[in-house]
Amino acid sequence: MLSKGLKRKREEEEEEKEALAVDAWWLDPGHPAVAQAPPAVASSSLFDLSVLKLHHSLRQSEPDLRHLVLVVNTLRRIQASMVPAAALPPVPSPPEAPGVADSLLASSDAALSASMASLLEDLSHIEGLSQAPQPLADEGPLGRPTGGGPPSLGGLDLLGPATGCLLDDGLEGLFEDIDTSMYDSDLWAPAAESLKPGPVEGPGKEVAPELDEAELDYLMDMLVTTQALERPPGPGR
Amino acid sequence: MSATTGALGSGRSLQAGRASLASILQGPPRVPGAGRAPEGRCDAMPTPGVVLEQWTRILRGSGGQEFERQRWPGPGPHTHPPVSLPTADIISTVEFNHTGELLATGDKGGRVVIFQREPESKNAPHSQGEYDVYSTFQSHEPEFDYLKSLEIEEKINKIKWLPQQNAAHALLATNDKTIKLWKITERDKRPEGYNLKDEEGRLKDLSTVTSLQVPVLKPMELMVEVSPRRVFANGHTYHINSISVNSDCETYMSADDLRINLWHLAITDRSFNIVDIKPANMEDLAEVITASEFHPHHCNLFVYSSSKGSLRLCDMRAAALCDQHAKLFEEPEDPSNRSFFSEIISSVSDVKFSHSGRYMLTRDYLTVKVWDLNMEARPIETYQVHDYLRGKLCSLYESDCIFDKFECAWNGSDSVIMTGAYNNFFRMFDRNTKRDVTLEASRQSSKPRAVLKPRRVCAGGKRRRDDISVDSLDFSKKILHTAWHPAENIIAIAATNNLYIFQDKVNSEMQSRPGYTSLACWSQVGRGLEKHPEGGESGGVHGKTFTA
Repeated sequence: MLSKGLKRKREEEEEEKEALAVDAWWLDPGHPAVAQAPPAVASSSLFDLSVLKLHHSLRQSEPDLRHLVLVVNTLRRIQASMVPAAALPPVPSPPEAPGVADSLLASSDAALSASMASLLEDLSHIEGLSQAPQPLADEGPLGRPTGGGPPSLGGLDLLGPATGCLLDDGLEGLFEDIDTSMYDSDLWAPAAESLKPGPVEGPGKEVAPELDEAELDYLMDMLVTTQALERPPGPGR
Repeated sequence: MSATTGALGSGRSLQAGRASLASILQGPPRVPGAGRAPEGRCDAMPTPGVVLEQWTRILRGSGGQEFERQRWPGPGPHTHPPVSLPTADIISTVEFNHTGELLATGDKGGRVVIFQREPESKNAPHSQGEYDVYSTFQSHEPEFDYLKSLEIEEKINKIKWLPQQNAAHALLATNDKTIKLWKITERDKRPEGYNLKDEEGRLKDLSTVTSLQVPVLKPMELMVEVSPRRVFANGHTYHINSISVNSDCETYMSADDLRINLWHLAITDRSFNIVDIKPANMEDLAEVITASEFHPHHCNLFVYSSSKGSLRLCDMRAAALCDQHAKLFEEPEDPSNRSFFSEIISSVSDVKFSHSGRYMLTRDYLTVKVWDLNMEARPIETYQVHDYLRGKLCSLYESDCIFDKFECAWNGSDSVIMTGAYNNFFRMFDRNTKRDVTLEASRQSSKPRAVLKPRRVCAGGKRRRDDISVDSLDFSKKILHTAWHPAENIIAIAATNNLYIFQDKVNSEMQSRPGYTSLACWSQVGRGLEKHPEGGESGGVHGKTFTA
């Protein structure tokens, strides 16, 4: 899907260059002077432009966080306005974009990603717990659990240091062999649900049937203390 | 049992993993003490015979090529033609000291140039009050962060002067990661007449010493010495965007995109984090810190601005970590002006307290706003800087111009505010009369001491002669950095790699009226840091004046 988007971007950019010059279209689509159809089409090329900017920003060795955040937020706004216009075929499907944007944004912390990937790999050898990567993946390359066990770490490894590759190869292809049932799981399901020994993997779900409460408490303590550790008190500490 | 061991084992290795992660987050291992070896050099005050300075450097993004640079060519003969690299000369910050006697500029090449105002003299009435180069030194060098495999730019992001406490001057200069405290001292006397040493410093043959003499201080040519006294490193993971010295003269703060740290001026190996807006999940990042400043009188108060256009006033007495603001200043979005770019244009690029401490001035992409500290709901005044760009936001977004960060400034009496724009234009707004003026800082239009002509941008409609149309504005000529003398009507304007100094030359009787600024009688009194394309002598070091 992403590669399709890239292709379309080049064609559309040329076509829509004139559209870009007519800046009134970027104003509130609800403006009485603006016709219904043009804003949606114009938004699409603005969307592509924003995605292009996001790619470019992330390709920097150290992305400008302010620029990145503003582009992502603008992208989300465009995104939100495009959702009602689902009938237009050229528009890349909206649910993809925030995922792409979010994961791209999360992966912008390049150093963190790199260290994250190597840490996760180490952890996967030490621990058998498949949800172990989960807490670290809070700030991991994808910003969401990509799967429990070692198979997913191979994917994270790729994503870690070179976020550029992530974009070129296409996210979807990367995950084809990974069980993505976790995407569908409701991570913050109420306690009653999480005790069900279901096939769905989540942060606490796999732990519950296997470990007793004491171990669960201990694990939660670890998670809490490490969250505190991540707040740097200053140099030299 | 196995499950228990597994859990404990996982706990410990998780902890170990987290500990190393925490150290990674804190940045590269710090060097104790004063930080890295001092990198400054002392430069003698430039004289007509100033020595050519050259050095080689690996340019960022140039594929590792080395270029030779020439800086400050004096009027003397050149040994070989200079290869000028304009990007390193781009001025990145301008700041007057507290008396206005000194003006510091920082550039993309990590260099700091300090100008000093000449005392008015009867002998040369034309050069009264003009600024001349006082000192130049290399503050920051490009560095390499080995942990992240990233080069750290040497560009000076901000300079802030410390209040003067003795004969020496001191300033803080920062790049993206490291803040340095520089001490500037003058030496204009030299002891002569030592008993054991001769004039060259060699030990005398004692048999030739027949009488004792008392060494006396003899005047010598003024020498300005600069030395780095402190290096505050490894305090920031993200890029530092502002520094601000506290009114207590003991502490200062530095802000990056997500955190603000409080430092003590004498302590370099630790700082206190006072604001942290980094979300637990970076995926949720939606807002960054764009600027911050201490209140000029209340040492416990500071403000920081965000990319969403909000200002947060924080009180350090309330808590060690000031994540909870004491006051939040935010103007609700105007529904009639809503667009996809609303957030970007509302991002505050600069915030400045008024000298009185009662107001704050903010700059976003299209406006400058004055806020009253007592009113959080909306600004008390809003001035349009270049509203004609509102219809061009998409092209400006495409060209990334919409992300340009303009600074703003108060005059000494808080009655006039100033900010830069495109096409080398800068704008002034008189808060009392509500008049405003657009002026241009450029070599062509400014002969020394000629009065600046007000400019006008026409956005369609009636067009007068000399008006500039919106479409012919040069967006590569941006005035991002401006500064106003703390007491007088003297302003410093940085236009790419040129520095302009303008003075309001209305007769002194009018000027002495409190709050008076003509807005129409600005004339140029100095220009520097300019490279003539033909390679001839620059407009920089010329003795006393900056005449072209």
